[in-house]
Formats: sequence, structure tokens, C-alpha cells
Amino acid sequence: MISIIKNRIIKGIVTKPIKLDSGLEKIGHELKGLVYKRFGRSFHVREVDTGSCNACESEIISTTNPIYDIQRFGISFVASPRHADCLLVTGPVSRNMRLALIKTYEAMPGPKFIITCGDCALDGGVFKDSYYVENGVKDILPVALHIPGCPPTPLAIIKSFLTFLKK
Amino acid sequence: MGEAYVYVKPENFKKACLYFHEKLSSPVAIMFACDERADKKGFRVYCGFMGIKHRAWVFVTMDVPQDSLEFESIANDIYSAGLFEREIKEMFGVSAKGNPDLRRLRLHDEVWPEGCYPLRKDFKIQSAPAAEKKDYVFNKVDGEGIFEVPVGPVHAGIIPPGHFRFSVAGEPIINLEARLGWTHKGIEKLFEGKDADFGARLSECVTGDSAFSNSAAFCRAVEKILKIEPPEKALLLRAIFLELERIYNHLNGISGIAIDVGFSFPAGFASVMKEKMLCLNQKLTGSRYLKGVNIAGGVLVDLTAWKKKALLKALGEIEKDFKELKGMLYSSVSFMDRLDGTGVLKKKTAEDLGVLGLVARASGIEKDLRKDFPGIYAKAGFNLMRESSGDVMARLNIRVSELEESISLIRQFVDMIKQDNADLQERMKLREGVGLGYIEAWRGPLLYWVKLNKSGIVERCKIVDPSFHNWEGLCYSVLGDIIPDFPVCNKSFDLSYSGNDL
Repeated sequence: MISIIKNRIIKGIVTKPIKLDSGLEKIGHELKGLVYKRFGRSFHVREVDTGSCNACESEIISTTNPIYDIQRFGISFVASPRHADCLLVTGPVSRNMRLALIKTYEAMPGPKFIITCGDCALDGGVFKDSYYVENGVKDILPVALHIPGCPPTPLAIIKSFLTFLKK
Repeated sequence: MGEAYVYVKPENFKKACLYFHEKLSSPVAIMFACDERADKKGFRVYCGFMGIKHRAWVFVTMDVPQDSLEFESIANDIYSAGLFEREIKEMFGVSAKGNPDLRRLRLHDEVWPEGCYPLRKDFKIQSAPAAEKKDYVFNKVDGEGIFEVPVGPVHAGIIPPGHFRFSVAGEPIINLEARLGWTHKGIEKLFEGKDADFGARLSECVTGDSAFSNSAAFCRAVEKILKIEPPEKALLLRAIFLELERIYNHLNGISGIAIDVGFSFPAGFASVMKEKMLCLNQKLTGSRYLKGVNIAGGVLVDLTAWKKKALLKALGEIEKDFKELKGMLYSSVSFMDRLDGTGVLKKKTAEDLGVLGLVARASGIEKDLRKDFPGIYAKAGFNLMRESSGDVMARLNIRVSELEESISLIRQFVDMIKQDNADLQERMKLREGVGLGYIEAWRGPLLYWVKLNKSGIVERCKIVDPSFHNWEGLCYSVLGDIIPDFPVCNKSFDLSYSGNDL
């Protein structure tokens, strides 16, 4: 316990009051205002992997770490599609996952929309035209936004959310 | 560190496999088929063993004629061959006679028709008939009070898909069957017909968190076939990046274990350290996941003087932070209590299943390709930690000690880089042949068996991620535990879905 308290005091707040030139903090506050306005306080995201290599998941999880801490902007990842406003899909959609993806989408209450994350979710990426992939999400369900990158960085993911919610 | 191929007649295949299995005391490390109907009128089946004592990989091979499409199963005698035989059956339609379980692994019955074998050379996607929509049959446990808990494929967390079927009596788990294959993308087929440069990039997308080890193993295989040896500096750089990959993944694993038992402060601390490592990776190579570094013949990224400095500085910081993290974890009695004795994988079970890598070392099996087939690692000194209890605690200890060893290894390798302007790539001369590339990725031995033709095009690429063996280990380790312990057991194994499903 002592070590935890000591560490807490010495390290202080690690969450970036971002010195990066990108101005994450500014983006974030803007985002928070938008989220409050549009979604009645918070914006809930459900993530579904349809066959990605797991790098995108790793980066999405990174957005929730103490450095990026996406939750402070009112965006949280939820465990059930029933709680979600948005479905974040990664992977080129393996045939096996097609039905699971559709069912997850159907389980969400409206209004709802889909954001795809990572190059292979757009059109299959490097896995394009394989016998077992559906070449991305767009032919199966309506996609509102795509976040490019292989994998997109946590900052890119947060930025994309902002650009989108601004619209 | 060669490969030996022992060609036998089909009737002697089983005998030969059993002989090497016992002689080398190795599980089946890799087993696959190759469609060679065009010139040999049949399918060639390979079964590979790891000969640690002799520092050689031994492959028993045979030809299965195309009119019989059957060979005698070895899975009844060597358990670790079972999954490979199922895979050969579903991908090539060559069945192992006598294997009690030939259900399909990755091509799910609901969406893929039977009798349609994608890894055959004459397979065409257009000709595939519609699926018959059959249901998968799970192993069933009968008895009073036993009920089933299905979980997945879509899980509550931000993790890849997999289906787990628990049979429980009261609280304890009686049986766990993992049905995987949900992320199958047909990667092995995608390699075919492409050149080695494309292959190196594609291999990075096999498992996102082992992008570097995947491409390194693929490039090793190609280099072996082309009979070229990358310059020493390139080998040193590869070893450095491999250890960097190990560090960030072990931090991720430690963070995950802590969060799965609700110990959130150290979990957050470890994830901050992971982020630091990812930023370091980006600084050094331009990619947070070390993509785009490897190429057949060497590496594309140099470690210049300022990068060296940044690397050593970051390592110093990580080392200091890690000491603190360790203090936090090991001084919490309730945390230790939660891990101790949870998810035990016994040594005998691990040996029979052919479990490899980190998980095997936690169960008392001392195998590590960095020691057994050292290559550049022969020049560096490091201790191989081994635990014998096989529980979550042991797997945490292994991670902790490996992380510390990795830091020391990187420092040693950086010291060994003498020339700053040395060559980083060897020229390629095209040559046909087959070769096995292997590397001790952070999960365990990662194998790439590649066949190239005269013009340098990949004809067959077989990938074996350690997860392929270790998933079965997970299913055994949770028996007797309760379902709420499953997440932490799962995280302590930290297996790849994508690497398993390909």
C-alpha cells in the first residue's frame, strides 16, 4: 500500500496535459462538450473484432490508459451492445464473424451507427480477396466513419471521434 | 542448425514419427501438408520435431497418393499431432485414419461447405458451393446438476472473438472446450503466389502484437532457402527489436493479470510503461508495433547514435519503474493469494499437450529457442527462469524475470554493435527450395515453413504460432477452478486468437 501511495505522489498525474504539438487536451475538451450536447452526457462505444490481427484492439485499449484516458472526455467502452450508441468494428470480417457482427448490431438500440477502425476493416486491407474474408464492413452494414491506419494510433482514434462528432 | 528430412513410405510414417518423438523427446512442433499433385501425383505430409540435443529440426515426410487421400493417424500415440491432423483434413481433404476427432477447426460448418478444401492448388473461390448450415457438436458432459455456460464469440472486453463452452457442476469447471477459428482469414493461402517482400509485410499482420517476430521468422525461412546470412549488425538489431517486443508485451500481460483480479493501480502503471515502450518503438523504427523493419536478407532500419542513446535512456527509466511495479505487486498479500494456485497446468499435462514457450517454462519445461538454437544469442549471457508450479503466479514470475533479462540482453547487444556504418542487408540470389524459419517470440517458438519456387515466389507457407499448442493447455489449466477465475487464467496465458486461426 505504501508503495502505491508513494508512487502516486512521486509520479503525479501522468495523463498527458499533452505537450505533444497535437493539442490533445484541446481536442478533448471540445469533444467532451460535443458529447454532452449530442448524446446526453456520455457516448458509449461497443467494440467488435471481426478478425483483426489484434493490433487495433491493442491501440483501442491504449486510448483508455492513463496517458490518453479517453473516458475523461465522456467516451466509454461498454460490455454490451445494449448499452452502446456506436459500434466500433475492426478486422476484415471473417466469414465466421459475419453473423456475429450483424447480431451485435441488431442488439443495439437506435439511434446507432458504425465506425470502422484499421485498414482491413475498410476493404480487407492486406487480406483483401482472400477466400474467407468479406472485404470489409461496408457491404454488410452501413458505415458512418472509417479510421485509417494499420493500426491507427490512439491519438488518431481520439481525433477521428472528434472530427466525426463535430459533423 | 540444420533441418533433416526423412522420407518414408506411408506405411512406415507412424513408426518413424514415434521413433523421433521418443528419441528427441519432442512433441510434434509442426505438421502440415503440401499439394504436390501437379508433379508428384499426391499430397506430401511433413511432421516436424525439435531436436534440441542435436540442434536440428527433423521432418518425417511421406507422399499420400491422390487416389487414396488417407494416412494412418499418429494422434492416438502422440497427442500433440491431433490438431494438426484436423487442420490437414479440413484444408486438403487428406484424412488421418483413426483420429477420433476430425471436426473442423477454422472453416466453420455454418458458413463453409464440406468437401471444399481451400489450400489445394486447384481451389477456386467461385466454385465453392453454399454451406449446408450444420451445427457444430460440442463435447458434452452428462450428469445430474451439470450445466453448460456458453461464452462468446463476442466478449465483453476489447478482445478478439472466441467461443468458450464451460461445463460446470456448481461452481467448479468440469470441462472447457474452446471453439476458435473465428478470426480465420486464409492467410496461408494469401502467401501463395506472392514474393518474399510481400510475404514479409503480410506476416506482420498475422499477429499484431508479435508483428516483428512474425516477419523475422518468415525472413529467416527465406534466407535459409536462398542460403544467405544477414550481416552481423542486422542480426544484432533483430535481437534488440525482438526483446523490445517482448518487453512491451510482458508489460501488457502483467497489466492484464492485475486488472483481471481488480488491482487497478499497478495495472494502470504497467499500461503507462507499455505506452512508453510503444513510443520508444516508434522513435526507433517509425512504427509502434515494429512493422516494416524486416526484409529477407537483413533489416531496413538502422540504430544510429542518437537512437542508441534514446533506447538506453528509455530502458533505464523502464527498469526503475519496473522495480517499483514489482514492489507493488509482490507486497500485496491479497493479490498474491489470488494468483497462487490458480489455473494450474501440470508438467506432465503440458508435455503431453506439447505446450511451448512462456507457459511451458512456468510448468517446468525448460525450452527456449534462444538457448536451444541460439544464433546471435550465443554471444550474450542470460538466465532462463523456470518455475514448476504452473499456476498464474508462476506465469507472472516468468514474465517478470524475462522482462528483466530482456533489458540486460538489449544492453549487451547494443554494446556489441561496433561499426556504425555496417551493411544492413545481404543481396539476394533467387533459388528454389524449402526452409524453416523459427524464432522465440514472446509467447514461445514461432515457426514458418516456406517453400519457394525458382522465381522466388512462395508456393506454400505454413505458420505455427505457439498459441496453436497452448490453447489446449488453457482448457486443461482451468479445470476445478471457478468461472470467475477464467479471465485471469486466460490473461496469464495471453494467447493469440489471430495467430491460432490464421
